[in-house]
Amino acid sequence: MVRLDGKSNGSLVQVRSLDKKYQRGSEEIHVLQGLNLDVDKGEFVAFMGPSGSGKTTLLNLLGGLDVPSAGSITVAGDEITHMSGRKLTAWRARHVGFVFQMYNLIPVLTAFQNVELPLLLTGLSKAQRRQHVEAALSIVGLADRMGHYPRQLSGGQEQRVAVARAIIADPTFLLCDEPTGDLDRRSADEVLDLLGRLVKEHGKTVLMVTHDPRAAERAHVTLHMEKGVLVEAVERSLS
Amino acid sequence: MKFLPLILANLFRKKIRTTLTVGSFAVALFLFGLLVTIRGAFNQGVEVAGADRLVVINKVSLIQPLPRSYADDLLALPGVKQVTFANWFGGVYQDERNFFPQFAIDVSTYREMFPEFVISDDAWKAFAADRQGCIVGRSLADRFGWKVGDRIPIRGAIFPGNWEFNLHGIYTGSRPQDDATQFWFHYDYLEERFGSWIRGRVGWYTVRVANPDQAAQVVKAIDERFANSPFETHTDTEKAFAASFVKQMGNIEFLIMTIGSVVFFTLLLVTGNTMAIAVRERVGELAVFKTIGYSDRFVLGLVIVESVVVAVLGGGVGIGSAKAVSVIFGPSLLTALSGFLPSFYMPPLQLIVGFGLAVLVGLAAGLVPAVSAMRLKVVDALRRV
Repeated sequence: MVRLDGKSNGSLVQVRSLDKKYQRGSEEIHVLQGLNLDVDKGEFVAFMGPSGSGKTTLLNLLGGLDVPSAGSITVAGDEITHMSGRKLTAWRARHVGFVFQMYNLIPVLTAFQNVELPLLLTGLSKAQRRQHVEAALSIVGLADRMGHYPRQLSGGQEQRVAVARAIIADPTFLLCDEPTGDLDRRSADEVLDLLGRLVKEHGKTVLMVTHDPRAAERAHVTLHMEKGVLVEAVERSLS
Repeated sequence: MKFLPLILANLFRKKIRTTLTVGSFAVALFLFGLLVTIRGAFNQGVEVAGADRLVVINKVSLIQPLPRSYADDLLALPGVKQVTFANWFGGVYQDERNFFPQFAIDVSTYREMFPEFVISDDAWKAFAADRQGCIVGRSLADRFGWKVGDRIPIRGAIFPGNWEFNLHGIYTGSRPQDDATQFWFHYDYLEERFGSWIRGRVGWYTVRVANPDQAAQVVKAIDERFANSPFETHTDTEKAFAASFVKQMGNIEFLIMTIGSVVFFTLLLVTGNTMAIAVRERVGELAVFKTIGYSDRFVLGLVIVESVVVAVLGGGVGIGSAKAVSVIFGPSLLTALSGFLPSFYMPPLQLIVGFGLAVLVGLAAGLVPAVSAMRLKVVDALRRV
């Protein structure tokens, strides 16, 4: 369930009166204005809207990469808005999986090593890490490519490795910023299928920014943003 | 250890650049190694000087003699345990370029005063029994291919004439840096041939004090004892005496420190620049690390460790090569330099110092880029990808 009135209790993600302002020279830019949002566990939410509407800023705030000018964000009971930088970093490692438009894999590491990166921060043994990485790469269908470097993979495969990296530490939710923006239709469909499966079969919560209506169609709810405000929510029932 | 593949992968992403940076470290540390070895050779006398030995020379200058009778006077002073004397000979073997120090020594006391020079009792006895006998250091013997039993002709310069000596023994230093280039013969032989000129006169005295902690008092007592006499003395510890000798050749230490500082400062700039470029190229990647939960401190550490690994690799190769050169080519270098240096030896401490310096430069060079990587704001950095 997704709500925009700020009156829900107990949802996984709770955003209240969220404001974000930037200063550009003498000009103050109001990117997000009094935004309220509730997202339950297991939801697949797409954010759409014109460039500069505040989609990516919202995603960055939800992921603890940036701090709001006002308002609060609570995820799984943790109010992240006032966390210190160090706490926020640890919180990100535990609760958030990021997928970027440009995949952002480390080019000098193999697919296996890229996926393993978040696990190096845990106390897991080498054997346990290997087990987890192999499982994650199997989920994204790249178990046979684990020794490949990013340059040896197609764009779609790179993005699937990025998804495997995002889910490896079993985060509370996935934040995807234009995950299909750099892919051809077929690769984009593969990645969207994958995200859909993660929601349906693994109960993951996915929040995705996209410009692509076909990508947004895969989500349970599409939220339209304009000038820093959520203006419309389109729900759809998916089989 | 689990981050080692990450560090190595980052280091070798630009193989040529890493190789060149490691190479510049290696060259600089190699140069450092050679410079400290040469400095060590110049300061060798200072480093190996006995803590309990004093040198007594004429107050006017080293080349002015002192009465031989001072030996008994010195021994009578409180705190003095042993006394020996020697005289500079300054002869030439075959060619003036074949320089090496020749000392006319007091055979009865000299060996006991310098126990760091090791020679067999039999050789010493044979030497003592032959007024024309001589003892030479191992490096000197190797340089000219001398062996026991050889007859060595020396042309006198200060003491004119042709002198011939019978080689009875070859001494070695008990430490690698001990001077094994000296040539010793009987003071009595010198006095016998140049009686009218040198009789009753010696070049300098070496005095062993009973307690090194009281060396300063003994120095004062010696110079006071001979004050206002026709042969006033100037006494110093052996270390101070050796140091003043080095100073006569110019401020080698200053020269080496200056060259070393320039090299290291240049290296710092080169490595710092390389690391800064490496960080700039990886802004997006570092942002990804932070995004997925790596702390600012981790990013700081990652960049510094990469810089230090480059430094350690290059430093190790450079200082190791310098050590290898000192061991493999040291003897032939000494020969080529015609006795200009008494030894060419790099002590283990210099290896450690060189290595430590490399680590220090690595740390310093990595610090600024590492701090900028640490301060990187994820949102800004991701925008640049």
